[in-house]
Amino acid sequence: MAENMAENTTAVVLKAVNLQRHYPVRQGFMQPPATVRALNGVSFSLAAGETLAVVGESGCGKSTLARQLTLIETPTAGELWLDGHRVEPQRRPDAALRRSVQIVFQNPYGSLNPRKTIHQMLEEPLLLNTRQRRDERQRAIAAMLERVGLRPEHAGRYPHMFSGGQRQRIAIARALMLRPKVVVLDEPVSALDLSVRAQILNLLTELQQVLGLAYVFISHDLSVVRRIADRVLVMYFGRPVEYADSETIFTRPQHPYTEALFSATPVAEVGQRRERIHLQGEPPSPLNPPPGCPFQPRCALAETRCGQAVPELHPAGAGQVACILR
Amino acid sequence: MSLLEVRKLSVAFQTQGGWFRAVEGVNLSLDRGEVLAIVGESGSGKSVAMLALMGLLPATARIECERLLLDGQDLLGLAPKARRRLNGGTMAMIFQEPMSSLNPCFTIGYQIDEAVRTHLGGGRKARRERVLHLLELVGIPDPPRRFDAYPHQLSGGMSQRAMIAMALAADPELLIADEPTTALDVTVQAQILELLLKLQQERDMGLILITHDMGVVAETAQHVLVQYAGQQVERQAVRGLFEQPLHPYTRALLDALPERAPPGDFLPTIPGLVPGQHDRPRGCLFAPRCGHAGALCQTQEPVWQQLESGPGWRCHFVQGDPPAPVFPAPAALQQGGEQGEQD
Repeated sequence: MAENMAENTTAVVLKAVNLQRHYPVRQGFMQPPATVRALNGVSFSLAAGETLAVVGESGCGKSTLARQLTLIETPTAGELWLDGHRVEPQRRPDAALRRSVQIVFQNPYGSLNPRKTIHQMLEEPLLLNTRQRRDERQRAIAAMLERVGLRPEHAGRYPHMFSGGQRQRIAIARALMLRPKVVVLDEPVSALDLSVRAQILNLLTELQQVLGLAYVFISHDLSVVRRIADRVLVMYFGRPVEYADSETIFTRPQHPYTEALFSATPVAEVGQRRERIHLQGEPPSPLNPPPGCPFQPRCALAETRCGQAVPELHPAGAGQVACILR
Repeated sequence: MSLLEVRKLSVAFQTQGGWFRAVEGVNLSLDRGEVLAIVGESGSGKSVAMLALMGLLPATARIECERLLLDGQDLLGLAPKARRRLNGGTMAMIFQEPMSSLNPCFTIGYQIDEAVRTHLGGGRKARRERVLHLLELVGIPDPPRRFDAYPHQLSGGMSQRAMIAMALAADPELLIADEPTTALDVTVQAQILELLLKLQQERDMGLILITHDMGVVAETAQHVLVQYAGQQVERQAVRGLFEQPLHPYTRALLDALPERAPPGDFLPTIPGLVPGQHDRPRGCLFAPRCGHAGALCQTQEPVWQQLESGPGWRCHFVQGDPPAPVFPAPAALQQGGEQGEQD
């Protein structure tokens, strides 16, 4: 994978190096505030036309990562490079930079303003960010609606007049209005019905091929991830635990957590049920992290040395893994 | 005698635009110790049918049913009070969102005790013992401490365990679980499903599992009922369903799953949308989206057919015993990967 990465450094549009985001949490009167390390040492790079999947359970820092990547927040420490420009920590990035990354949220019922027409929603980014004339904007909106599989006459309608799948098409259209280079997809299909899910996934694939978009695909649905991701980043408790290309990670997962996650996912084949790795308990509290490896209290393979130091991501097999046993 | 027998259950809701038929002619039977999965997309009527069974629908619903037997007892002629005694007693239900199903103002011990008090009665001490036993049964660590915990102090998985404890309070014979793991993480989902199946086997309960996750169906159910737009379109044993689906809808649904789809950039899709209240087709409800539909499907509604041996279907082109789909010339077959979701 290392060679693979070196090859496409020219086209890298998004790069994170040891990205961190910490939040202070007030503990109460006269108590020093505690620190929640929501994101701890995430590194990856993503080229145009590629898809990176971020996988993990709730509370693992997936959404915090999305907030850093889309510049909604700036990271506490670490480097974030977007389209060749460095995002300065603790400083509000300029508009041109923010334009090149957009996000599509999970629930299209909540992410579209019910009081605005589709036209108004798609026009807003153009009004705020460009000096296009009225007829230019009109043309851009009609073209985008067609591109995402809606009809131009839909522009005058309100979100409630659309089905879930169509609303997600609108959310995708809105994200693409400013021609971003990177699109963060935060569980884009998990609120949709099975038969519509495939339609939206196909649309995303098609848009990526035509527009050369880089996707950060946040999901917990491993069958979808396997299908569309080039590389996979597995996170646990704010830390990356495994990072490898899709084929490698699904055929030969290295980290015990990745293995457990894969074995817990039900497969739609009768009699294919895999040997399940039983994970006891639930992820630890972020205010009270366990010593050493954060996965060690639930890990079936844990040894005493796992409790001594936090393992760093290091090369193992064809990928990278944060486990001292591998 | 089967534990549950439902014949021609229909539910309609009064809306401003007239009656909306949410469930149409659902038949089902369930034995003790059997796990039946009901699969369908949103709006397929799977939850409404089960709520009708439990008598939990609002007064705006009109419920019609030819026969409704639970353990040989006719539920249709039952007085409301006697019917309520069955809920949580002989049959119990678990809902999708454990966090919002629990009352945030009371401890989980109190809430489980409420079910014990209503159905079993007994003294305070004996009831507390029972609740502690239930908490232990569903795998909640340190029951005496958790007894006094409020719902906000529990994680999603623990809340769902508390809901299961509540449902088991009076040793029900039929347990209905409505998307019990949809709101939970994958590793927690595996724990909860395993717990449900273990309890179901130990107690020889009938379990109806409502879900939209085909993976969950394949791993837990013995029989599967597929619903589409309020109608049941297929019933089969789980192996048959995944190996040879009878109804074109089931087939298309399975093909659209990323893990079963043929390799390539694009997934096969089902064009179009589930019909709503105002655009219900005259013939087969699936005909507008079906790759095999002919003139007959546009005009004539297929009837539900069921074999003595179990399999059932609602399609003009499924025949024989064992049944198999026999479609006319595949000239009109639609290609996979088709885009567009027209309204």
